[in-house]
Amino acid sequence: MRSHLRLPRLSWRFIPVWQRNYLVWKKLAIPSILGNLADPMLYMLGLGYGLGSLLPDVGGMPYLTFLAAGTVAYSTMNAATFEVLYSSFSRMHVQRTWDAILNAPLTLDDVMLGELTWAVSKSLLSGLAILAVIWGLELYGNFWMTLWIIPVVALVGFCFGGMGLVMNAVSPSFDFFLYYFTLVITPMVLLCGVFFPVSQLPPLLQSVSAWLPLTHAVNLARPLVLGKSPDDIVLHGAALYAYGFVGYIIALALTRRRLLK
Amino acid sequence: MLKVRGLTKRYGDTDVVHGLDLTVRRGECFGLLGPNGAGKTTTLRLLLGLIEPDSGSIELAGIAVPQHAREARMKVGVVPQLDNLDPDFSVRENLLAYGRYFGMDKAAIAARVPELLEFAGLASKADAQIAQLSGGMKRRLTLARALVHDPDILFLDEPTTGLDPQARHLIWQGLRRLLNAGKTIVLTTHFMDEAERLADRLVILDHGRVVAEGAPRALIESHIEPAVVEVYGEGLETWTRDYADQVCLRFETIGETLFCYTDNAARAIDALKQAPALRYLHRPSSLEDVFLKLTGRDLRD
Repeated sequence: MRSHLRLPRLSWRFIPVWQRNYLVWKKLAIPSILGNLADPMLYMLGLGYGLGSLLPDVGGMPYLTFLAAGTVAYSTMNAATFEVLYSSFSRMHVQRTWDAILNAPLTLDDVMLGELTWAVSKSLLSGLAILAVIWGLELYGNFWMTLWIIPVVALVGFCFGGMGLVMNAVSPSFDFFLYYFTLVITPMVLLCGVFFPVSQLPPLLQSVSAWLPLTHAVNLARPLVLGKSPDDIVLHGAALYAYGFVGYIIALALTRRRLLK
Repeated sequence: MLKVRGLTKRYGDTDVVHGLDLTVRRGECFGLLGPNGAGKTTTLRLLLGLIEPDSGSIELAGIAVPQHAREARMKVGVVPQLDNLDPDFSVRENLLAYGRYFGMDKAAIAARVPELLEFAGLASKADAQIAQLSGGMKRRLTLARALVHDPDILFLDEPTTGLDPQARHLIWQGLRRLLNAGKTIVLTTHFMDEAERLADRLVILDHGRVVAEGAPRALIESHIEPAVVEVYGEGLETWTRDYADQVCLRFETIGETLFCYTDNAARAIDALKQAPALRYLHRPSSLEDVFLKLTGRDLRD
């Protein structure tokens, strides 16, 4: 393992890998967009209107607005996660597309950077769609401030893309990903302030929540929806970046061990 | 074109490749033979710089590997053992996508596509999906894909495994065309007839070491008697006891069959008339006999 752990040597050759994924996605763009977006949209609008009508203001804003900000973070997390788990695994393990690419002058570092940037692109798409709903329903405090959500969404995609690639590297089969969803993603959805404020949780869970990457994403997205500048921007941004970067480095080492032996 | 010195790769306590020396000249077809697990595929991966050797040096198209593997891979086309065509793309799109990995722009690749499709005999299938292709078509497309950047040297890892005879002959024709065009080919195979047909020179590997090296014909002449008579059927034991020593230069019994190696097959066949119940097959000795003599008859899986 130690011999495989080193900083990535990056090159521009990751671009054709990104482009390959883009061209395949383009063929099925409409069903893919609908499939990716229906789920978060239904949660947001169903719970937002249905549950929201029973609730007073949550965290100082209407529940639909509260939930919309949470959904931006949560749907971009899901978009990146699904991409690097199921789709990347299929390309790496089932179709052996990575093996074919590695016979060209690309390294595994390039291939995985291509996958990671593609996951970021899918996150951007997902985040922009939620953002479009926020704009359409005028759930924002200040339109111009909501534009800052776009780089946040990209960073969230990088974070969860990097983390998911670690799972991709160690999974023997698709079934294995269920553990990641049950043990990592679902707890995060429930503990990181997507559906209700973290302050409602018992203190122990609040301190767990503070360490989870999705909390940092929500803490950036929610004030931006309200038109305010988030507190501790550097801390939240750095935390998201660190999770993604460390994930990518570890994933690279584990995948080297898996494929290049 | 390819120079390998003292190449060694170790996994745990086993040397998968041990002190390998190879020289492949420009325009030559070079065979890498050996039973399963002999180190053929590992050798190819080392040559491409995909894995790092424990010791030894590799110079591929004049470029040091693995130090400058990226540059070296620009000069090499690879046909892998397992099909890894992109199932999300059509035939044409597969070529276009693969060319981009070599940094070619779309116009340059598109200009090459008709020629590559013609070479692969897939001109009428340009827009077909990969799942619609037969095994032979997939292999030919993989070969065409390996040529997209016009490499000087081709690595083929068991290129005809799993193909029917028609499809194999088509692949061989394609490879001869490439050799005539001056390309260099390095080929792994465990089909001896394939090696005998195509390879100018070859090495036989076993347990990561070279056990024989040379031109196919010369290897047969130096390791094996000119003819083989395979004898089987009722009464083999008696016949072996009474005649084998006299009519064979060398013989061995594998299961129910006696392999009689000789330079005078007529004498052996004459002796077989004493035992009309026995059946026999008389054939010239082949590379397969050399291979089995040198690597043994034990299963390697």
